[in-house]
Amino acid sequence: MMKQPTVRPVKIRRDTVRARLIVFGILAVLLILCSLFSEYLTPCDPYLQDLSNAKAAPSAQHIFGTDRYGRDMLSRVIVGTRTSIFSTLLLVAVITVIGTVIGVFCGWHGGTIDTVLMRISDMFLAFPGLVFALAVAGVLGGGLHNAIFALAAISWPKYARIARSQTLSQKETPWLMAARLSGSGTVKILAKHILPNIIGPILVTSMLDIGTMMMELAGLSFLGLGAKPPIAEWGSMMSENRALMTTVPWITMAPGLAIFVSVMIFNLLGDTVRDYADPKTRGR
Amino acid sequence: MGSILSVDSLTKVFTRKGQPDFAAVDHISFEVDPGECLGIIGESGSGKSTAAAMITRLIDPTEGRIILDGQDITRLRGRQLQTAYRKMQMVFQTPTESFDPRRTLGDGIGESLRNYGHCRAEVDRRVAQLLEQCGLPADFARRYPHQVSGGQCQRAAIARAIAIKPKLLICDEATSALDVTIQREILALLSDLRREMNLSILFICHDIALVQQFCDRVLVMYKGRIVEEGVPDEVIRNPQNDYTKRLIESIL
Repeated sequence: MMKQPTVRPVKIRRDTVRARLIVFGILAVLLILCSLFSEYLTPCDPYLQDLSNAKAAPSAQHIFGTDRYGRDMLSRVIVGTRTSIFSTLLLVAVITVIGTVIGVFCGWHGGTIDTVLMRISDMFLAFPGLVFALAVAGVLGGGLHNAIFALAAISWPKYARIARSQTLSQKETPWLMAARLSGSGTVKILAKHILPNIIGPILVTSMLDIGTMMMELAGLSFLGLGAKPPIAEWGSMMSENRALMTTVPWITMAPGLAIFVSVMIFNLLGDTVRDYADPKTRGR
Repeated sequence: MGSILSVDSLTKVFTRKGQPDFAAVDHISFEVDPGECLGIIGESGSGKSTAAAMITRLIDPTEGRIILDGQDITRLRGRQLQTAYRKMQMVFQTPTESFDPRRTLGDGIGESLRNYGHCRAEVDRRVAQLLEQCGLPADFARRYPHQVSGGQCQRAAIARAIAIKPKLLICDEATSALDVTIQREILALLSDLRREMNLSILFICHDIALVQQFCDRVLVMYKGRIVEEGVPDEVIRNPQNDYTKRLIESIL
């Protein structure tokens, strides 16, 4: 265990870290709530077309203007949180769990299975994500589900590697030997001793990955491989309207801003969680 | 078949690619009688700790047999091995690291009791009792390993080891990481427990003075082999083996 630092500045820094954690935590929770209750927050019907009012400039009625079918951009962005944020969180949760399970299993079990699974993970790590997603879309067809599947297939190895190396370093510690001598079975040791000791770095990585995954999903949708129109999704909204950018420049602003702000919030939250989990800033 | 632990030509060979095989423990055989304290001394790298790890089945032996209280435990696995651990416990060299940093001392001490089916209230009561038996206040159960000193942690580790009333206690350099005065206290505690519980102790140590004071019989290990065996006073006064002579000269 790290010796606890006695220097004063560390404590002060920790307090700012805690404050940041609270602020970004609240912002992230707001975004998630927004995605859960998006139907009730929209000022207009996001799918209602009004061709007489198409491509309208931002006004009091339509704060971000309307698109080429006259749909309210603000409402579409709000509804888009459901697809964007919810599918991102789902994706990150899936890869975290799968990666951790595989990594812990490999680290604990070792031997041939470990080697085989780790070579497979190397293979996936060597693949560029977007190319793989294109291939998946080519085989299985486009759509949000396949985009999530493709990104999950690409991203789990990172978690498997972290979980495996952490498990390996835990495996030889005296307290694990003591746990074995206390008559604890493998499942109990994994759940009670290994997992709580390795979960910190894994959670930090997944927090940092939320922003990246959101960008990747929006990118795939932008390329037409993710959410299909008319479903409101930020990436596909930008893609739909990008031809109009020269005539009505505000039209891609709303989804662009939404991506920018939410990626920023989740990245800052991830950074803060990493600082918080860092043993050097931890004083008990 | 009166011995509590009987080890028969126990061997551990480490194989590495591109290197010659290395026998860390080379056909050692010995017995520990009930209530006896057997010391094993030797320099670092002589295979003492590897032997302890094999006896407790934390690593698999290459060859040989381990018989614990009449039962051959050499190839036991899973639940059977867990049952065998009821008769044999170990105290480790590094006290603080032998407790999970994220769990309280009480949790570690009570782990074996819970595993062998005691209910929570009973475990809590036993843990408090064990801590007091080992000279610690009962509220240490709520502390984390980094919140107590090395000596206190080693007392807690002893409390954990005797929780399920084993017949054999293996101390793998249990006093090496502690300073001299604390070493005395831990040894005194071990002697008390030994008397109260009729424990057999396998005391692995590199300090010949401690072994002389504490053990009934001593084995000297050198390069994986047992080179000498006898009553500590006699071994020290009249060493037969060259290595033993050097070991004793280095202290006197």
